[in-house]
Amino acid sequence: MDANTFLIQVLNGIQYGLLLFLVASGLTLILGIMGIINLAHGSFYMVGAYLAFSLSQHFGSLWLAIAGGAVLAVAIGLLLEWLLISRLYHRDHLYQVLLTYGLILVFEELRSVVFGDDVHGVAVPALLQASIPLTDTLSYPVYRLWMSAVCVALAIGMYLLIQKTRLGMIIRAGSTNREMVQSLGINIDLLYRLVFALGVALAAFAGMIAAPVASVFPGMGNQVLIVCFVVVVIGGIGSVKGAMLAAILIGLVDTFCKVLTLEIGGVAVLPEISGMMIYVLMAVVLLARPEGLFGKRG
Amino acid sequence: MRKIRVATVVLLGCLIALALLPLVAEKYYIQLFTKMMLMAIFAMSLDLLVGYTGLVSLGHAAFFGLAGYALAFAAPQYQAANLWLSLPLAMAGSAALALVIGALVLRTSGIYFIMVTLAFAQMVFFLFHDTKIAGGADGIYVYAKPVAAIAGWEPFSLENHTHFYFVVLLLLALVYALLRVLLASPFGRVIVGIRVNEQRMRSLGYRTFRYKLACFVLSGALAGMAGYFAAAQFGFVSPDTLGWHQSGGVLMMVILGGMGTLNGAILGAFTMMLLELGFQGLPAVGEVDIGKHWQLLMGGFIVCAVLLLPHGLLGLGRLVSPRPETGSD
Repeated sequence: MDANTFLIQVLNGIQYGLLLFLVASGLTLILGIMGIINLAHGSFYMVGAYLAFSLSQHFGSLWLAIAGGAVLAVAIGLLLEWLLISRLYHRDHLYQVLLTYGLILVFEELRSVVFGDDVHGVAVPALLQASIPLTDTLSYPVYRLWMSAVCVALAIGMYLLIQKTRLGMIIRAGSTNREMVQSLGINIDLLYRLVFALGVALAAFAGMIAAPVASVFPGMGNQVLIVCFVVVVIGGIGSVKGAMLAAILIGLVDTFCKVLTLEIGGVAVLPEISGMMIYVLMAVVLLARPEGLFGKRG
Repeated sequence: MRKIRVATVVLLGCLIALALLPLVAEKYYIQLFTKMMLMAIFAMSLDLLVGYTGLVSLGHAAFFGLAGYALAFAAPQYQAANLWLSLPLAMAGSAALALVIGALVLRTSGIYFIMVTLAFAQMVFFLFHDTKIAGGADGIYVYAKPVAAIAGWEPFSLENHTHFYFVVLLLLALVYALLRVLLASPFGRVIVGIRVNEQRMRSLGYRTFRYKLACFVLSGALAGMAGYFAAAQFGFVSPDTLGWHQSGGVLMMVILGGMGTLNGAILGAFTMMLLELGFQGLPAVGEVDIGKHWQLLMGGFIVCAVLLLPHGLLGLGRLVSPRPETGSD
């Protein structure tokens, strides 16, 4: 592997990691702040991608689709929290798992009813169609760089929101002691609804910007959900910083395991078992730090 | 005391009804009920973890599916495996996997446990999905059902669907009895104690990790038993057999029926399978083929069940004849 290929793979890995971060950060926020385990989080990613697909055909522009899709995603999040999730706060995680598992089935089948089971593509917007040439034969698409930039901007925005604003302070306080915050006269129910909607919007947004590079296909949500679980476990529940680090780590590990070849005793190991490698990584982290890299020791 | 007798009478009635079924039912229904009983064994094995030990596993299908693959390996093309050899082997394989996964996942608890069991099951999924060891994503056929021969004598033949049915019915009863005995034993009291308050059990001097691991391994082995026979009946194993929809489905069975009761797991398994069949048989409404998109109804049903049936189907019975809360809850 020469230097240029290496560079491209590093960029791919980081870009994949940043995208994972967008989805995983919503998951870890909802988990850490609200104590809700949301299996349907991957479905929101899928919903985002399909919204990008259908709205961009409708509007003729991915930008308008993303704007419209984001509004819709927030609305879906608010509605779901109000209708279903808000009834689960005082119940065992078990029921959260089940209800959100039921939601996955509903979302998957609705997708199948509305869009069918084919793989769809979404065009890269004209503005970002260029590629940056690295050598005579290799180049890197601008769209992927733009994706990474957007993810970084959102990550910084989220950090500022949670650490530096009054709203963020209330959210952090609410995750520590819900009743106390409520007794101080703050409408914690509304706050939770907003956090949930924010998480849904982040996942859907990730799906929308990923649609042009990853294509739009059935099962895409579950695939990303399980990887995001690994991100959250490695990073530590509720830790946005941990999610960022773990997501990039996984992005790089996954990307490199798919392109490297490794044989042990004549048996091809990589890339054959590249799909397993992130779980091996998770096992190692669990052995060393069961609460994740940035988790609170329980 | 009277309540217990009512439950026993109902159970015995069900057992007799199941034993008489092959006399009146056609082949299709006999095979359907065989499948339902296998899922009931699978659900009971998970109930031991979820309902009694308080460990919510979302990766239980890994043990179910691995045993199926073990049978496929033990039965090379067109050649039947020996039941008495391959069944213990398959169950031991599932138990060994449960030992390895359990040793890792039991370092976590609560939400982490749910996510980590799912992730490890997914790891096993990718092992079979991405590599060529067992047909990859296409899966692998089990061409011949295992032969139950002991030194030339064959007490029953699994190729005969009625024999298969009775073997599974016997296993269902045995597993049920085994778990009942186990749960009534000091071991069972300890694991229920762990669910209620693990720290207290630890301060009483119990090494809770070992108890939980023992449960995890036993549960994995029993899931393996169900998976072995499911693979034998179906004649095919694919990565989906150990996929996470399978894990989610069996968890739904346990909770729908009412967890921590064993009876609930069986009831849940039967109900879910019948519902699935019922939904699949529904006609098209307008342009939407409801039967093809039965998962939509199933998902909606699960959501409603969680919201409306906090104690599962058995909880419905409790509404009719309220029972005082027992101390162990």
